[in-house]
Amino acid sequence: MQSRSSSLARILRGVTPSHTANRYAVRALTTSLSHPTARRQQHLSISIRQLPTLATTTTVTQTRYASSSSSESRLQKTPLYSLHLAHGAKMVPFGGFHMPVQYASLSVAQSHLFTRSHASVFDVSHMVQRLFRGPGAAQFLQSITPSGVEALAEHRSTLSCLLKEDGSGGIVDDTIITRLGGAGGEIGEGFYVVTNAACQEKDDVYLDREVAKWNREMTGKGLGVREERLNGRGLVALQGPGAEGVLAGVLAEEAGLDLRKLLFGQSAYARLKLGVARVSRPVLISRGGYTGEDGFEISIPGDEAVAVTEALLAAGPGKVQLAGLGARDSLRLEAGMCLYGHDLDESTTPVEAGLSWIIPKERRTADAGFYGADVIAKQLVAKSKGGSGVARRRVGLIVEGAPAREGAEIVSRAEEGKEPVKLGAVTSGCPSPSLGKNIAMGYVKDGFHKAGTEVDVLVRGRPRKAVVAKMPFVPTKYWKGET
Amino acid sequence: MATIARCLRVVRPTAYSAVLRNSASRTIGARPFSMTATNAVRKYTKEHEWIDLSGDMKTGVLGISEYAAKQLGDIVYVELPEEGKEVQAGDAIGAVESVKSAADINAPISCKITQINLVLEEKPGTINQVAEDDSHGGGWIAKVQITEEGLKDFEQLLDAKAYEEYTAEEGEH
Repeated sequence: MQSRSSSLARILRGVTPSHTANRYAVRALTTSLSHPTARRQQHLSISIRQLPTLATTTTVTQTRYASSSSSESRLQKTPLYSLHLAHGAKMVPFGGFHMPVQYASLSVAQSHLFTRSHASVFDVSHMVQRLFRGPGAAQFLQSITPSGVEALAEHRSTLSCLLKEDGSGGIVDDTIITRLGGAGGEIGEGFYVVTNAACQEKDDVYLDREVAKWNREMTGKGLGVREERLNGRGLVALQGPGAEGVLAGVLAEEAGLDLRKLLFGQSAYARLKLGVARVSRPVLISRGGYTGEDGFEISIPGDEAVAVTEALLAAGPGKVQLAGLGARDSLRLEAGMCLYGHDLDESTTPVEAGLSWIIPKERRTADAGFYGADVIAKQLVAKSKGGSGVARRRVGLIVEGAPAREGAEIVSRAEEGKEPVKLGAVTSGCPSPSLGKNIAMGYVKDGFHKAGTEVDVLVRGRPRKAVVAKMPFVPTKYWKGET
Repeated sequence: MATIARCLRVVRPTAYSAVLRNSASRTIGARPFSMTATNAVRKYTKEHEWIDLSGDMKTGVLGISEYAAKQLGDIVYVELPEEGKEVQAGDAIGAVESVKSAADINAPISCKITQINLVLEEKPGTINQVAEDDSHGGGWIAKVQITEEGLKDFEQLLDAKAYEEYTAEEGEH
């Protein structure tokens, strides 16, 4: 991790400090609840990632992010690759894919603000859409996550995380799990699980091993599970206060879907109008996202991803625009959402990360049956009440002066006669386009985590005043029904 | 008498020839971006800083290039150098920050910082508009005093044309 800035040349080349890099990525954690749709993968699925048919010859300036491990030649393309180029996208490697970081029409800050005031479409097809089926699927997922998967109703989603098999409580990846029903779509029944692109390799290894381990014991008891990967499907996020209007404008009449009744965390299948006479195959629409705004994530058969995205954009640039990883990162940070690889990693437990809320009450016991349940159950109880508590906690920070980026040290406030003590480090940070202030998240020693606590953050070696702040920094606007 | 080839080389130096050239030829070089100081000559680093040298070669003004400003996008914060500080070529003397990234400003040559552009504290976005303007209200970062060593450093920098070619190679977009 690198807290400092890089030379201009490095930045422009795209070898930027990891913050830019990975941050872009990932997922959505918390918010995202949405991915549900993906499932639909045409059962045929296991398909091959679709190669773009157009424009592949266009030159793209490549920005190489330090964190991307794959060589450029191995980078994959999402089904929307050509569409990105046609819209003047600046492409960067992210999570093994060529991904748009921003588009010609708007700067990152403009795109960010446009999302908050209108609506933006983000290509998140790089994320990994998985499906778990079989009689043991729910129980299997309950063994590797702290979520109440069995209790999940049809077409409902929950934020979750895959836990390390060593029982440490560490997070292998964060994910959204949706229970899909069989009706209306092409994916069929099962649990739709969307994980981070940047974690695909290790997640694949982890899940292959865990599924095999589970089946060795459970298949004989009639509780087998199998995983499918919905490669090649498109996944786009439509986010912002105008999102519902834009989506409503392309719903095929026969879909009969009333978006007012589709609440945050719910999903549904629907067909969309693709121009005058064409209608799409069913797409999986999940209400949620990674920006804090109302919005949807739409999982689309790969061969219709471009047509669906164009149909959404047809509402016109005054209503909806494409947005890239740059805006996605600053939006999710304002919404207080984690980016795996930055704000979360394998040494971090859900309790430390402030994600205890994803663990239902009945699973907060040492015998709940998921990896690390005993460690997590103890952490959930403060030391003063007989538990172990946690030594550090994820907090939000408002930083004066210079923006604090990933890796910046958090220390106790400099006071006369007192040596500053190291309290932790920033894991994500940027100037907030909505607030005009520098926002950041990071981990501090337990006890310094209360809102209002004054600390210093070291940026380029100099202490900058910072205050622990409640997250989200910008209020979320999820659609939870008429109130 | 200089040959034509030699003249051309003087007028249109390349990145590499600049290293070899003696200082006398410098003032003849093209300086299309220079906006004030009529006797000044502007050069660039591959790290995208620019520096103007005054006619007497004792003082200079530095900043970041328009190319860099454009690539960075909306600049929301500028960390200015410390007045009075003596720095070596390549030392980090400040930073420019946009929503998506933080970039160090490195000293293009060895020099002493004599004045900083306080306008940027209030209006960091000035750099997006006039990054290479060294006048009052411009996006320049600092004024400096040049040392002997700094003059030698200066010789190794890119002139405007070489810099333009360099950035064209890096790719716009």
